[in-house]
Amino acid sequence: MNATSYSLIKVIMMAGFVVFFTRCTGDNASTEQTNPEWIQNEFMPDSNNIKHQDIAVKPPPFSEGIFPCSECHAEMVPNPHRRKLEYMHVKIDSMFDHDSKNRWCLDCHDLNNRDSLRLASGKLIGFNESQKLCGQCHGDKYRDWKVGVHGKRTGYWKGPKEYLLCVHCHNPHSPKFKPLAPMPPPVRQEDIH
Amino acid sequence: MNFLRFVTGSIRIILHGKKNYYYWLGFLLLLLLWGASGYAKQLNEGLIATHMRDSVSWAFYIGNFTFLVGVAAAAVMLVVPAYVYNWKPIKEVVIFGELLAVSAVIMCIGFIMVDIGNPQRFWHMLPILGTLNFPRSMLSWDFFVLFIYLLVNFIVVSHLLYSIFIKKEYNKSLVQALVLFSIPMAVSIHTVTAFLYNALPARPYWNSALLAPRFLASAFCSGPAILLILFQILRKYTKFEIQDKVLWKIAEYMVYAMSIYLFFSIAEFFKEFYSDTEHIIFWKYLLFGIGNNREIVFYSWSSIIMGTAAFFLYLIPTTRKNLFTMNIGAILIYASVYIEKGIALVIPGFTPDVLGQFYIYTPSMVEIKTAVMIFALGSLLFTFLVKIAIAILFEGYDITALVRKKASKEAQPAVA
Amino acid sequence: MKKNNSRRSFLKNLSVATFSTLALAGCDMRAIDEFLTKNFRVLSKKEKEDLIHKLKISYRKKYGKEFQISDKPATGGELFGYALDLSRCIGCRRCVYACVEENNQSRDPQVQWIQVLQMEKVRGIDFAHANVYYNPEKVPEEGHFYIPIACQQCENPPCVKVCPVKATWKAPDGIVVIDYNWCIGCRYCMAACPYGARHFNWAEPGIPEEKLNTDTHYLGNRPRIKGVVEKCTFCIQRVRENLYPVCVEICPVGARKFGNLLDEESEVRYIIENKRVLVLKEELNTQPKFFYFFGV
Repeated sequence: MNATSYSLIKVIMMAGFVVFFTRCTGDNASTEQTNPEWIQNEFMPDSNNIKHQDIAVKPPPFSEGIFPCSECHAEMVPNPHRRKLEYMHVKIDSMFDHDSKNRWCLDCHDLNNRDSLRLASGKLIGFNESQKLCGQCHGDKYRDWKVGVHGKRTGYWKGPKEYLLCVHCHNPHSPKFKPLAPMPPPVRQEDIH
Repeated sequence: MNFLRFVTGSIRIILHGKKNYYYWLGFLLLLLLWGASGYAKQLNEGLIATHMRDSVSWAFYIGNFTFLVGVAAAAVMLVVPAYVYNWKPIKEVVIFGELLAVSAVIMCIGFIMVDIGNPQRFWHMLPILGTLNFPRSMLSWDFFVLFIYLLVNFIVVSHLLYSIFIKKEYNKSLVQALVLFSIPMAVSIHTVTAFLYNALPARPYWNSALLAPRFLASAFCSGPAILLILFQILRKYTKFEIQDKVLWKIAEYMVYAMSIYLFFSIAEFFKEFYSDTEHIIFWKYLLFGIGNNREIVFYSWSSIIMGTAAFFLYLIPTTRKNLFTMNIGAILIYASVYIEKGIALVIPGFTPDVLGQFYIYTPSMVEIKTAVMIFALGSLLFTFLVKIAIAILFEGYDITALVRKKASKEAQPAVA
Repeated sequence: MKKNNSRRSFLKNLSVATFSTLALAGCDMRAIDEFLTKNFRVLSKKEKEDLIHKLKISYRKKYGKEFQISDKPATGGELFGYALDLSRCIGCRRCVYACVEENNQSRDPQVQWIQVLQMEKVRGIDFAHANVYYNPEKVPEEGHFYIPIACQQCENPPCVKVCPVKATWKAPDGIVVIDYNWCIGCRYCMAACPYGARHFNWAEPGIPEEKLNTDTHYLGNRPRIKGVVEKCTFCIQRVRENLYPVCVEICPVGARKFGNLLDEESEVRYIIENKRVLVLKEELNTQPKFFYFFGV
């Protein structure tokens, strides 16, 4: 368990997504955003084969005070034109590196309903289902993720597992995995006395 | 009763001797003590006192073990030419050869005991009591054949000596059968020891079918070399009679062994260097060093140069038949094979290691001391055995002499 | 003659008695008991319980801690396999240190079951140019990839074949285990292993008391003594309780996958069936159950 939360800390900090961190695991009783149903629907379409219930890790929390978006955006007139962002989103604008030549905010965020994400089909989804949005373009990764090959599962190899979502490891505005400082190299055998 | 007399008499023999004998014993005891101080450190701290590490997990000890297996094997192989050429002192040659074999096998066991991490668990290898992985593990085979070899040689030599001691005819058919049996056993102890290394595909350096033949060839160079020197010493100080002609015959027989050894080595070099696969790296490390790691280059070339020099000394009849150059040749080939087995065989097998990493191994002081301890022990044992054998064979030490001595009760030492 | 004989036998008896008294006084009963411990595989259930009970007492005495020592056997329904995504591993060595802590590896002298090799992309898998000592500020380094290597849990393990005393064997679930109480420390297995997976306790293992993991398995992470060989067991103390190995848990990039090869639904089976997979030194016919794959 300790190892799990430790690694969670790492990945979430890497994503640069977090201002604070709360211990977030599936067994947390007040998991508003954890919805075991969608996990079952999403991961294992043929539920006959499900042997154990798998538990989704709660999506990483938003930066403080940023959600719901509608709190600010409700009073703004939506502007569909690509431009340089100001005020609240300067940081996102400067870090944005996600096919930035061709894409910007409204390819994923909905113009009119800021508290939702928007699939290419026009269907709106919540932030807790962001993997569906990622999966639109990254279909191969999405497929691998669903079977537990891409991304990370922890817990029981035979029994309940915890899944990390795409956004645990990849900042959606700059998804490339950031380099890490390595742990120390082994002591040279010449120096073992 | 006779046996008890034999034992007490033998103890008296090994405790008495000329001045030089005591100097020799004193020298060996000093070496033994000096070496034991190293081994004590190892026992206390663990094998970390050696320079072996995970990358080079076998080294000097196991190299010495391998060398001594060769000595043990070759000593007995001298029996073959003794029979073939019908040397006069055939019994004596057999006895000294087998005494050397017994001492060498005991040193082998010594080197295994100091090499293992938990020597007190040695009983795990015993049949019935332990769980010997026989026949799958080559080490269990080695244990098995070495034990039988030790037993056979010990029985033959003690039976021969004891029979002479009690002035009875020895059991000729038994001895002959056992001596003949010990010849294939000699081949098998060295073959099995080579197989120990040979069938490890993880270590391409050893994974050559020529390894066992090369082992045997090299052993037939180093083992007789010891006996050549020994026979000359015996001839000088005892009534042991051996003609120069016989020594030259042994030397001639060593030339064959050397040329086969040389041929096998060249075949191995050729295969590795002409193929030029990734496995060549071990040979390069051995012969030229890799990068700045040239630590064993000195050893490998000194072994090659000494071996080649000995080969030419023995190949040319004039130097072979000159006792001085013959002895130099014997020392050179002995040293050459010792370095080859002690360093050049084992170390490149592990350098670089299976993951390509270099750990540069050279023996630590503790390893050298421990090896000295075992060699001193072995030499002490061999000295004692030879002393007893000489007394029985040439100095008329036997049951009647003892009885006579007891009867006379005079301080006069009995000389028959 | 007769008199002589009886005097001798008296002397003999006396010396035997003295010797055994000395031997008994010299080492306590537990040491004798430990000396006489049999190979774990030949023990009955009762003997195993006794042995573990005694081991707990001796650990308590030695480390001042209560140890849990499981001897849970394989269930028979599993063959464990492992897969590692070479396209993901960044060589951060988190797994190395998590493994050290979980499995009570000696800190001083250092023992590490996982070795991470840095290789050059232009050369591919080439041990001759691999480096375990890389230490840049950040990983991964440009133009390099990383291969963590621990025990490959071979189906045809050369180490098991060569052990002279049957102190190491392949359990029914495929894990190659060592009986540390039976290993004589000859290191033949280390010479035979093509993966450098086996490590020797050259000295008494040094682990800070507060760092000891007391949740152990007899054939896995229980504290070792000097002079025995040890190696990765897929965290036998965890996987036999259905948990993932600790290296899977720690890996920050999710490169490590573990599961039951007999289970068609397992991640490892999916990987073997759908990805480009390789095993190290395939030509040696060791048949590793540790697969390296390319997720992309």
